[in-house]
Amino acid sequence: MQTTIHHEINAFPAAKLSIENVSKDFDTRTGVVRALDNVSLTINEGEFVCFVGPSGCGKSTLLNIIAGLDTPDRGMALIDGAPIAGPGRDRMVMFQEHALFPWLDVIGNVMFGLRQKPNLTDKERLEVAKYYLWLVKMDNFAHANIHELSGGMRQRVALARSLAPNPKILLMDEPFSALDAMTREQLYGDIQDIWQKRRKTIIFVTHNVREAVCLGSRVILFSPHPGRIREQFDIDLPRPRNINNHDLADLSQSITSALKGYVAAESD
Amino acid sequence: MLPRNPIDPDAMKRTLYSILFFLALLILWAAATGTFGGEALWSPFVLPPPGTVARYLWDNTLDGRIPLSMLITLRRLLIGYAIGLLCGVPLGMLAARFRFLHDTLGLMALGLQALPSVCWVPLACIWFGQTEAALLFVVIMGTLWSVLLSTENGMKNVPPIYARAARTMGCSPLKTLLFVTLPASAPFVLSGMKQGWAFAWRSLMAAEIYVSVVSGFGIGQHLHYGRELQRMYQVIGIMFIIIAIGLLADKIIFSPAESWLRHRWGTDRD
Repeated sequence: MQTTIHHEINAFPAAKLSIENVSKDFDTRTGVVRALDNVSLTINEGEFVCFVGPSGCGKSTLLNIIAGLDTPDRGMALIDGAPIAGPGRDRMVMFQEHALFPWLDVIGNVMFGLRQKPNLTDKERLEVAKYYLWLVKMDNFAHANIHELSGGMRQRVALARSLAPNPKILLMDEPFSALDAMTREQLYGDIQDIWQKRRKTIIFVTHNVREAVCLGSRVILFSPHPGRIREQFDIDLPRPRNINNHDLADLSQSITSALKGYVAAESD
Repeated sequence: MLPRNPIDPDAMKRTLYSILFFLALLILWAAATGTFGGEALWSPFVLPPPGTVARYLWDNTLDGRIPLSMLITLRRLLIGYAIGLLCGVPLGMLAARFRFLHDTLGLMALGLQALPSVCWVPLACIWFGQTEAALLFVVIMGTLWSVLLSTENGMKNVPPIYARAARTMGCSPLKTLLFVTLPASAPFVLSGMKQGWAFAWRSLMAAEIYVSVVSGFGIGQHLHYGRELQRMYQVIGIMFIIIAIGLLADKIIFSPAESWLRHRWGTDRD
């Protein structure tokens, strides 16, 4: 049994993701909106990629397609060469709102994802859940109710819940946008630490350029109407990165200018 | 509701007020019926003194008559209620899921919920005769519709993000329904269960007073015969039993469930 847990915790699956000519339209009252227009992208195993762009640029739509919650109208999304057919345990999503279940306590929430995973006994699941609560520094709150936690603590639990089934890819949809600056800065450190420890492929959606530069090894800039990939930046800054670092600020400044440039060009 | 911690002086004061209030009522009742000497304000046929009522309850409890009819009544109630729940919750889930069922079954539930279920008694007697089935039918009609409607309402109020989260964790649609949407709508389902219980209890009492069933002599039938025999002490005694059962169900089943839910969801905080 010990070996199962050992394997469960120490296995580091990561996946390669290919997006091939994906387009997606949405019908709205004012007509058809092209959320994604012929987007192609490759994300390597263990990469930390940030999608950045203004609202309506399709970054969340692409995330949902990768999660399997949405299907592309044209093109394909492949994970390790196989088309994505629906949601799966190999891809966990962390939402903007915490989406924790209020009828379960903290450990119950982390166990929920694990229970969907076969080949583990409940005792093993409990061990794994405790490990991930420890990893996100919430091990002292295992039996707290969700409403008793602060916003930051809730997102930590949500992170533990997403990590616990040991997915290959972690999809994060503006997970820190509702938190205060102090809490956010702490979580930037934690998520980098966890990424390095757990070696996952992480896709992080945000509208905050600086946040993207702080976290990502690659930043992908999207532009809206229709949603397209505009530019990509490899971020080589040393880790762990501090969001208040000068180099980081300079780099995000230049990316922000690029973003402003094409937003302005579009409105002309 | 009485406060929970009896050591708290404020709580003790509140408990004391409650006790004094009911003691005062009892003394008024006793005085009005001449227990402390003097003329009784009303004849004991109209308002019997508390002592007579107490003696009736004591004697009939000791000889087993009251416990037996309580068992008979509770059995009817529990079986009817259980059937009502077992049908109401799944039907409510289906009505929340399929618009066709909402437009048909949901609408019928809305209509029938407005009908006091004792109104079913005449039909039930024709359909089932003076049998247990007639009483069960009335109880089920009292429970079913409010449970169905509140389950449907609860399912529709569940934030969609819960189901999305469950799906990304690999839950099948059926598992999502049973382990996410259903528990997420628990506060609504519980309030429907509570309302269903209240309706079932009231309609069973009405039905038992209204219908004599050969298969068992329930609490309501004791009340009915108390009236026939002009034994008001029996009528009042049985009324106390009815109140006690209603209160106990609330205190033993629904209050703990509600306070657990409030605590878990965090709705008990200011």
